[in-house]
Amino acid sequence: MLSSALRCLRPISSTLVLSRPLAHHMDPSVPRPVETTIRTKLSKALNPEHLEVINESHMHAVPPGSESHFKVLVVSPQFEGLSLLQRHRLVNETLKEELSTCIHALSIQAKTPQQWSSNPSLAKSPPCMGGSRHDHTMAEKLKAGRD
Amino acid sequence: MNSVFRSTARCLRSATWQYKTAHKNGELSVGRARLMCSSAGQKNLEEMVKKDKVVVFMKGTPAQPMCGFSNAVVQILRMHGVDNYASYNVLDDQDVRQGIKTFSNWPTIPQVFFNGEFVGGCDILLQMHQSGDLVEELQKLGIRSALLDQEKESK
Repeated sequence: MLSSALRCLRPISSTLVLSRPLAHHMDPSVPRPVETTIRTKLSKALNPEHLEVINESHMHAVPPGSESHFKVLVVSPQFEGLSLLQRHRLVNETLKEELSTCIHALSIQAKTPQQWSSNPSLAKSPPCMGGSRHDHTMAEKLKAGRD
Repeated sequence: MNSVFRSTARCLRSATWQYKTAHKNGELSVGRARLMCSSAGQKNLEEMVKKDKVVVFMKGTPAQPMCGFSNAVVQILRMHGVDNYASYNVLDDQDVRQGIKTFSNWPTIPQVFFNGEFVGGCDILLQMHQSGDLVEELQKLGIRSALLDQEKESK
């Protein structure tokens, strides 16, 4: 009985999916100034073999379209011989301006080309616990991102 | 490193008038400049990170974290049986929140310190946990990770 009920629901749910507008973070037409800046700066400074810049703001307690929470994966030979802390500091230094204005959280995966080729996977970020909802400094950061 | 020099320079600029007075009196010394640099806030933070073996600056408390990244740090430490550590809720004090970022030259929270030395944030602690480095670092602090006992039991 359950399977027949599901069969009824399936066509309806697919219609709903088609008519729903794309979520902000998936819509290619929405401008992403902060994401673009991050990509540009990291590319210039670290000359990465592989770079992923992921806006994870939608996973957090901030309005849709925010550019406040990011995850970056940087694969660069410049990380050879550097400790995790040194690598992260390099990334932080590159994005110093953004981190002091609009970026609220930055998750970093910094790998050498060898590390990446032996394990080409991106660690998942921990689930939000709604901290930004109670954070009065967020409004300023979100505004800085938009300006 | 450049940022350390820049922040030191900022410190020195703000204390210039004291420095010039010292110079006139012939009391030039690097030690004095360093003393003028550190504000009461910075000294306090230095004490805070050195007071305990494991110190965490986080959002919320270990019992009630207010941020997913801070929670991840709490969970990792818990997994290793590290329950007796100092934690400071930056949401309670904006001076500490900003101060610790300047102190460790690290832009985000959470921040983990081992024996007064900055270790990193959530990402670094997670990678240390996954690589086994965290067990080793805890051992250096004289803390035996609970994971070692779990391994023993499973054998």
